[in-house]
Amino acid sequence: MPVSTTPQGTPTWRLRTTRAQWLGYLAWLAGACLFLLCWKLISDNTMWVFVEDAGRQGSDLISRMLPPRWEIAHRLWQPMWDTLNIATLGTLLGIAMAFPVAFLAARNTTPHPLVRSAALVVIVSSRSINSLIWAMLLVTILGPGVLAGIIAIALRSIGFVGKLLYEAIEEIHPTPVEAISATGAGRLQVMSYGVLPQVMPAFAGISVYRWDINIRESTVLGLVGAGGIGLQLNAAINSLAWNQVSVIFVMIFATVLASEWISARVRHAII
Amino acid sequence: MSRQALAQAGRWRRLPLIETPRLRWGLAAGLAVYLVLALSTIDVNWARVAEGASRGLNFLAAFTQPDFVSRRGDILDGILESLTMTLTSTVIGVALAVPVGLGAARNIAPWPIYYLCRGIITVSRTFQEIIIAILFVVMFGFGPLAGMITLAFATIGFMAKLLAEDIEDLDWRQVEAVRATGASWWQTMNHAVQPQVMPRLIGLSMYRLDINFRESAVIGIVGAGGIGATLNTSISRYEYDTAAAILLIIIAIVLLCEYSSSHIRRWTQ
Amino acid sequence: MLTLSQVTKRYPTGDRALTDIDLTLPRGQVMALIGPSGAGKSTLIRCVNRLVEPTSGSIRLEETELTRLSGNALRRARRAMAMIFQEYALVDRLTVMENVLSGRLGYVGFWRSFLRRYPADDIAEAFRLLERVGLPHAMDKRADALSGGQRQRVGIARALIQRPRLLLVDEPTASLDPKTSRQIMRLIRELCAERELAAIINIHDVALAQQFADRIVGLRAGEIVFDGKPGELDAETLTTIYGEEEWDTRVQEEEAPSAAASAAPAPATPLTLATGGAR
Repeated sequence: MPVSTTPQGTPTWRLRTTRAQWLGYLAWLAGACLFLLCWKLISDNTMWVFVEDAGRQGSDLISRMLPPRWEIAHRLWQPMWDTLNIATLGTLLGIAMAFPVAFLAARNTTPHPLVRSAALVVIVSSRSINSLIWAMLLVTILGPGVLAGIIAIALRSIGFVGKLLYEAIEEIHPTPVEAISATGAGRLQVMSYGVLPQVMPAFAGISVYRWDINIRESTVLGLVGAGGIGLQLNAAINSLAWNQVSVIFVMIFATVLASEWISARVRHAII
Repeated sequence: MSRQALAQAGRWRRLPLIETPRLRWGLAAGLAVYLVLALSTIDVNWARVAEGASRGLNFLAAFTQPDFVSRRGDILDGILESLTMTLTSTVIGVALAVPVGLGAARNIAPWPIYYLCRGIITVSRTFQEIIIAILFVVMFGFGPLAGMITLAFATIGFMAKLLAEDIEDLDWRQVEAVRATGASWWQTMNHAVQPQVMPRLIGLSMYRLDINFRESAVIGIVGAGGIGATLNTSISRYEYDTAAAILLIIIAIVLLCEYSSSHIRRWTQ
Repeated sequence: MLTLSQVTKRYPTGDRALTDIDLTLPRGQVMALIGPSGAGKSTLIRCVNRLVEPTSGSIRLEETELTRLSGNALRRARRAMAMIFQEYALVDRLTVMENVLSGRLGYVGFWRSFLRRYPADDIAEAFRLLERVGLPHAMDKRADALSGGQRQRVGIARALIQRPRLLLVDEPTASLDPKTSRQIMRLIRELCAERELAAIINIHDVALAQQFADRIVGLRAGEIVFDGKPGELDAETLTTIYGEEEWDTRVQEEEAPSAAASAAPAPATPLTLATGGAR
């Protein structure tokens, strides 16, 4: 924050120097140009006729959705149960795999730097690829069904849980670990007595959080054939039965809200 | 016998996690019943799995020799479209999330606005991007515009919620100090609230940019533009080498994003 | 029983923490290691149980050469040397009993320890030790529910259940108040006498060191600059260890103004330090 003196001798204060100010303007200008360029690309690929029609299409859609056909709700309990199972079993499988990976990826518990890099690659790949993509792949391999959904959710959860857990492991207090090693404990014993008790609350919190996200994600896996309520959603959309779609939306909405509430309560109790 | 007397005699067990035995066994039994029920819903068509196993191996093998070339045009267009969608949707989404976030902070917003903004956040967070994309594709037609609006909408929910939480637990003394100088509402926001939430806002925006890119790779499945369409086609045609190439590109871009965002975060703090 | 010869530790950054340390500790002797912060006290005792790897030199515990051990041999050697830590280093989320039993980890297998199925003898011994340090009622409390002095007692019980021959004690009183510090030091002293343990105690508080140790070793910048009986420690030697300072508290109290004015070291009168003077 420079204070300079004007030719008249009165000191003036400005937040930044002139140079920094110009650099700031330049950065903003570059950002704006990039944004406009991107916007142009999108606009070139857009049929503006359709967009002008959007308001009418939207109101049309809503009028078709209302009133929802509640009669079909009884057919949706089974797929909803499948969805819950996909999310829960997928989370269980995912955290079971993420647990060792996180220990291999944390700087202070990894057996070797090379192992650490390998574990980090696993975490990054799993995090980068959406569960829907995993589901698409698994459906071509395992065939459509709940199993593909469970494995897709599990594969995506490894990265999320693994990343947060290894960060928690790297933040533990080192002294208890040192103390346990000093008793002559073996490697695994040091993990189970020195590290594990310290990261357990974080691990439980992360797992419940991921379960909540997985409920949300498992509602759409059916769109690519991996089981659950998404299958019904896909069928309803394809047959343009919008008044059934709205029933499914309401059910998804209620389930997700409930799972979010449960997860928040559990995390609150743990921390 | 008390636990102390037992320990004295050399008989000691770890304290159970849940103290009341009935609750403990009840929970364990409930969990076991659920697992049995849930696992029984999985029906596996083993013949189909056996048939698919070779494809699985093909897919893994494809990662050793990904094919970037034969669909170069499609991949390039798709990635470019994904990136533009990501950038514009993040900018628009964050810009819109700021007022919504301010409105959803209990300590600075009046009640009716609070409930409105919380409503927007809940709807945006509950539905998966792909469901919202379906609706927007119906409204705006196929193409990246629908995708961009989808991602911007999802960004609003994500950013506004975290921003609101941030504002709710900011240091209230600083706000009062600025208010005490006679500052107006806008001046208070600018001098007391903005400096406190800005670094995290930037960090979260970078994080959201990363998420939006990953999401932009899937909403193409329902026609909302981006690399997803190409990926979907290549997978359903069993062209695993092209799919592997696309996945590798996605992973590389996410890595790049993460690396640069950690730099930008350090630079802004 | 413990012999260090020519032990040197150089950190990868190039800092020399220890230079050519020669030290012999007979059975049953309680030795206090004093010196300014950064003199290498912590490094020295951590080299003994290999939490820090010495760069060169030899460390022998009775017949065993410690510097070349690895794997199971190192585990077995570590069982014979128990360590007591500055910040207690208990595992906060485990109960007091589990913390004490963790001292037996070098003796029991992984699954037994993981499932907490310790041999009955170990459990009975753990309880006896808790009684000895005065905490039998706290058995099922979590370690983070205890006060500082209580935690250090648990730390001592954990060390003793190893049935060690040597105690390595790192600043046991640094985070405790003066009264608790004395109690803890007295407890360590008594236990060493009961079990004929040798001990190396890193300690900042020179008065405590004089009161409770048989022998005092002064360390400065990684080298031994004093080795003798507590009574032999005078202002001159303290100046060699810590650098110049007004050491004689009595003089300071009586002639405070002039003492504060002159930076000269105090006259080398036979010294009675803070506590010594008070009694």
